[in-house]
Amino acid sequence: MHMHKFEKIWLIFGISCLVIFLTVVGVSAFYMGNKPPSCLTTIDPEKVDQTKPFDKPGLHKVEGKEWDYELVYVASAFSYQPAQVEVPLGAKVKVMATTKDVIHGFEVAGTNINMMLEPGYISEYTTTFDKAGEYLIVCNEYCGTGHHLMFSKIEVVK
Amino acid sequence: MAKAELKAKQHTQVEDSSSLKGTLASVFLLGLFIIVSWVSVYYLFVDRF
Amino acid sequence: MISSAAAKVKVDPRDAKLSMAHFFVAFGALAIGGLMGLLQTLVRSGKFELPWGIGYYQILTAHGVLMGLVLTTFFIMGFQYAAVSRTAGTHSPAARRTGWIGFWLMTLGTLMAGVMILLNEASVLYTFYAPLQAHWIFYLGLTFVVVGSWVDGAAQIMTYAKWRKNNPGQPSPLLSFMAVINTVMWIVATLGVAATVLFQLLPWSLGLVDTVDVLVSRTLFWYFGHPLVYFWLLPAYMCWYAVIPKIIGGKIFSDSLARLSFILFLLFSIPVGFHHQLTEPGIDPAWKFLQVILTFMVIIPSLMTAFSLFATFERYGRSKGATGLFGWLRVLPWGDARFIVPFIGMASFIPAGAGGIINASNQMDQVVHNTIWVTGHFHLTAATSVVLTFFGISYWLVPHLTGRKLTKAMNKLGIIQAWVWFIGMAFMSGAMHFQGLLGGPRRSAFSTYGDSQQALDWIPYQIAQAVGGTILFIGIILVLVIFINLAFFAPKGEEEFPVGEAENLQEKAPMVFENWKLWLGIAAALILFAYTIPFIDIIQNAPPGSKGFKTW
Repeated sequence: MHMHKFEKIWLIFGISCLVIFLTVVGVSAFYMGNKPPSCLTTIDPEKVDQTKPFDKPGLHKVEGKEWDYELVYVASAFSYQPAQVEVPLGAKVKVMATTKDVIHGFEVAGTNINMMLEPGYISEYTTTFDKAGEYLIVCNEYCGTGHHLMFSKIEVVK
Repeated sequence: MAKAELKAKQHTQVEDSSSLKGTLASVFLLGLFIIVSWVSVYYLFVDRF
Repeated sequence: MISSAAAKVKVDPRDAKLSMAHFFVAFGALAIGGLMGLLQTLVRSGKFELPWGIGYYQILTAHGVLMGLVLTTFFIMGFQYAAVSRTAGTHSPAARRTGWIGFWLMTLGTLMAGVMILLNEASVLYTFYAPLQAHWIFYLGLTFVVVGSWVDGAAQIMTYAKWRKNNPGQPSPLLSFMAVINTVMWIVATLGVAATVLFQLLPWSLGLVDTVDVLVSRTLFWYFGHPLVYFWLLPAYMCWYAVIPKIIGGKIFSDSLARLSFILFLLFSIPVGFHHQLTEPGIDPAWKFLQVILTFMVIIPSLMTAFSLFATFERYGRSKGATGLFGWLRVLPWGDARFIVPFIGMASFIPAGAGGIINASNQMDQVVHNTIWVTGHFHLTAATSVVLTFFGISYWLVPHLTGRKLTKAMNKLGIIQAWVWFIGMAFMSGAMHFQGLLGGPRRSAFSTYGDSQQALDWIPYQIAQAVGGTILFIGIILVLVIFINLAFFAPKGEEEFPVGEAENLQEKAPMVFENWKLWLGIAAALILFAYTIPFIDIIQNAPPGSKGFKTW
């Protein structure tokens, strides 16, 4: 099987690019802590309201952890609890969310906080809220007739 | 320049490299487009929290 | 000598009939599915509401099922059945009977699923993620579509096997080889979706079991979901590699490299489903990243394809005396619909592929996951590259099968159709990509989300999508006009089924490419490597199951 010299050059160039892309995201994920949300903790989807920390949705200050706040959400068709929160600018926050019924999305528009909520699982993402403004949380996975009416708001304030 | 290859493959080789320069240019433009798009979105990822 | 004889080879009329049966269902699905698509873009512009209490998500389900599953599967099976008949010889009566059984099973399944969607018993979208619970007839219908496609595909495999038996030691005809690769990949891939539907969703929707394991179901679905998109793409690649060279009057750049790229697709399109599940809980990030690496492997055959296509064009152009770096572009047959329609599809694959690399880039998925960027992405890959190529194929294949001719007028209308499509898609998909980067969600009806400023900023993009969607709908009407003309009204005559020849006829494709035990063995090993441990993890650490919900 014969391969033209130019095709070899092109494939070496193309494959090198792919290797570079993979290295950049790989190092960022596994050495700099930017892994995509992949929490492995499970929960009984029918007992969400009785299970800590989802019995108290909202923003909670915590001590002695790597993050300053825990922001806890409970999703169900077609709303999030809480419906509105204020987060201080520059706070390092662990966002924790789960669903009581079907699969929902949890996307803070214009940020990297974008994760699936699946019944039986907790989804987590830790980040520093370093830009002020009002952010919309949208459900970005179809969940029923009211899917497009399902939202919440985060105000990042000085 | 294509001497080493001439040994392995005889015919077609002479016009081979000269006649596909447009192809090489085209695929490299394509590669450039991929890199620019990828880097732009990676920049968005790094810039956002 | 061979070529003049080959040009006269016709698909047997009995095989032609079965292929055309597939195309009638496919283009019927395009007509209804296209209307649904138009309505969606209009609703989401915020300027229009659906009458008679029809739900947005009901038409969204219909659009996805009809376009993503019915149009594609029926067109592909019809095209491949004809391509095998043309290149490996007329199907035997047994193979043809098998093909018809497959066709009717798929059609029955489509009707069952369609009726349930119409009755609003299955507004679960074409991905039907549990614990949304559709009517069991919907799941059974989908089962029939999948099983029907296996039976349908078996006809192609039978004729390929017969050719191999009659021509020992010979590499099979390129188009037949490619068709069989795609069918085999499809059968391996659909095992996943068949498993979740048969063992999880059907018993659960029938009430035989109370709960379903959501993550197992999703993982099985996406084991199927990514090769699904390659199942759509490979017939387009068949046309680009093996048909287009003949249409322009050139040669296939390399028969062996074409086969190699198809083998790579068979190996690497399946063990990559986690790249659709990058942002979900319950899957270890190391296993996600491993499948991201495998996903990047499947980019390589597309890089090879890009080179081969440019090389075919340049070689042809230079043989016509074209000079300069890009002079060969000018001498391509821009007035031939059979060329330019798929060509626009090829060109669209450049931004489509670039977007795909971004989607698969592990944590970068957080920027675009489930935003309307993704919808924009697959409207470039599936709804432009693939579908325009299918249209281009049908412009010669339909008259070939019905014993008619592609007239000058229809050729011209075909070219107009492709440009209309291109312009409409530039508006719609372009706006979707940009809105997605701003966070606009996919699969959502119009909403201002409590007058949030971010959502208000998305509205201009949604209006642009409605403009694009309207232009695209005009494109669909044009396709249907051409299809009906070519099927029933075009003048009788002979339309060629173009099959390209390799540039270097001395270079025989290595026989190892036809060693199915080897390739299926490696494919199975890769699948087991990528899935066994994480799948056992998912089952062992499963949370309590979910009961069904009907939230529509």
